[in-house]
Amino acid sequence: MMLTMEGVHAHYGHIHALRGIDIEVQVGEVVTLIGANGAGKSTLMMSLFGSPKASAGRIVFDGEDITRVPTHEIARRGIALVPEGRRIFPRMTVIENLQMGTAHADPANYAADTARVFAMFPILEERKSQRAGTLSGGEQQMLAIGRALMSRPKLLLLDEPSLGLAPIYIRKVFQIIRELNRDHGMTILLVEQNANQALRVADRGYVLQHGEITLAGTGAELLASSEVRAAYLEGGHA
Amino acid sequence: MSAVVFARHAMTPAERLRDAGWVAFVGLILGVPLIGLTTVDVGGRLGVETRFGLLAAFVAAAFAGRLALRWGIDHMRNRKLAREQASTTTAAQRAHGAQRLVNIVGWVALGASIALPIVYSDNRYVVDTATTVLIYVMLGWGLNVVVGLAGLLDLGYVAFYAVGAYSYALLSTQYGWGFWEALPVSGALAASFGILLGYPILRLRGDYLAIVTLGFGEIIRVILVNWTEFSGGPNGISSIPRPSFFGLEFTRRPAEGEQTFAGFFGLDFSAMHRLIFLYYLILVLALLTHVFVSRLRKLPVGRAWEALREDEIACQAMGMNTTNIKLSAFAIGAMLGGFAGVFFAARQGFISPESFTFTESAIILAIVVLGGMGSQMGVVLAATLLVLIPEFGRNFSEYRMLLFGAAMVLIMVWKPGGLLSHREPTVRLQATGAAASDKEGAR
Repeated sequence: MMLTMEGVHAHYGHIHALRGIDIEVQVGEVVTLIGANGAGKSTLMMSLFGSPKASAGRIVFDGEDITRVPTHEIARRGIALVPEGRRIFPRMTVIENLQMGTAHADPANYAADTARVFAMFPILEERKSQRAGTLSGGEQQMLAIGRALMSRPKLLLLDEPSLGLAPIYIRKVFQIIRELNRDHGMTILLVEQNANQALRVADRGYVLQHGEITLAGTGAELLASSEVRAAYLEGGHA
Repeated sequence: MSAVVFARHAMTPAERLRDAGWVAFVGLILGVPLIGLTTVDVGGRLGVETRFGLLAAFVAAAFAGRLALRWGIDHMRNRKLAREQASTTTAAQRAHGAQRLVNIVGWVALGASIALPIVYSDNRYVVDTATTVLIYVMLGWGLNVVVGLAGLLDLGYVAFYAVGAYSYALLSTQYGWGFWEALPVSGALAASFGILLGYPILRLRGDYLAIVTLGFGEIIRVILVNWTEFSGGPNGISSIPRPSFFGLEFTRRPAEGEQTFAGFFGLDFSAMHRLIFLYYLILVLALLTHVFVSRLRKLPVGRAWEALREDEIACQAMGMNTTNIKLSAFAIGAMLGGFAGVFFAARQGFISPESFTFTESAIILAIVVLGGMGSQMGVVLAATLLVLIPEFGRNFSEYRMLLFGAAMVLIMVWKPGGLLSHREPTVRLQATGAAASDKEGAR
């Protein structure tokens, strides 16, 4: 088991954002979490990362309890987060951004990791001396994913990677997710509003509503489920 | 999909006239009570008199001024546009060229600053002012670590300057420590105050951080004013020993069994010797600071500071310990401020809380911001300007601060990112990027 959350609660001040979350991610899986705005998707990602800390429950990663581990320590244990809204370092160059991804990694791997990321995203190699803030939204998303991969994570968290991107880049993002999982065996936990595409790439999925998991199943099951169709697919963006 | 584009087109002459007319009209309305009417003393009673002639002149001036300003702005914009269209160089090349220019200017400035006391060896005023400039350059470089690199807005930086100055003053007057012994200790003390300030404000950002640092600066000053037994209160500490040149004092007559600087080198005694020595001392301290900070910027810790400035959440996601990054920025910034403080105390020979008011913090911050956040050369330029403008302004007596303020406003209007806003990457890619641009340049 790569990751389990057992009965996790989390608060933002007085707001009870997560109310007893139980999810699990197995090694080599793509797991998708879908839900409406404000359902607690990003909170779930962030509490996994220790910010905010879970107020109750247990988070186990790779056999170790990380519920009380400091945020920066969690990243060092092999979880990489591609945050919502990309959050690249705009005034630093592309290559500097990638370097920041290795803040805690072994410097010996740096050259190989950079080459690997450039092979996956050739556009980043072309723009490596450019300030990251001058990249297009899609390129910035590639950079954010590349930066996360620099630390050789065991588990990759993607928070709304398709948000605000042009359709061509949305396709590209989901293609990358597939490739990472299939060719590199990367375990991925994906949070998305784009339920249709996200469930298609997923082995399993969860539906989050008002801080609680209301549905769980394989990607195909959820895609076929009438509740999911009604709430997230039909009438919404598909 | 269509994007709305607000093209800022140049105005036609008719538009300019109308625009100026409106400004003159507003001026007229404001001017009637402010200028047009005035109170006079009429046999013990208050009477009202009109000054419509003056008002008319005022309105005419507003009209003409606005017209000229509009014309000037449009003219500048057209020229800039024409230049941009004419030049085919890429942005990267321009940045590269700008960086080279800055480097050349830097070396010239270094040469000039070394030659300055030799050229002006009998001009006390010039050497003194240059020393003040260098103190501010050093303070600016110190604060640049905190504000420019790490992006933590610190309005109480002067507190660390004060800690450094008072540490040296007390260590030397109470315990007889020399300048060189006290320097590292005072720096360490200032750094620990930096950490002390850093802890409670780790979770704060932006405005809130600024307010707390402002309070911290005031706390230190208020303590210095009120704790009379410790710091001498408002009277300050006087007769602080001056630094010696490897044990040689800058006095007219040597102390028992010692030699003076002038005596040792067989020179006639001159008060200028000490000033010039102090000048070179701060020059060396400032240069060391520069080398130190430039090195740090290329190390992981320096890059972490910059990443923190850019995005704190992303830093955490990268597994960076933001607590340590922030504290190290505060500590190193504070230490450099402390060094500058030690020098300040040694140079003045007298310190009091008067020297460490909020205005000082504001000026140091202004140096960093006007220079272009994070730019080392920008700090030098801004420090020079901000010290020299009030000096040149002495002839204008009470208008000097007005001049100072106007200069700051103009710089910010003209260069919103600071005088030197270009950021030099910490990684130079020789293989492709530089070679390609060189090739283009040769063509």
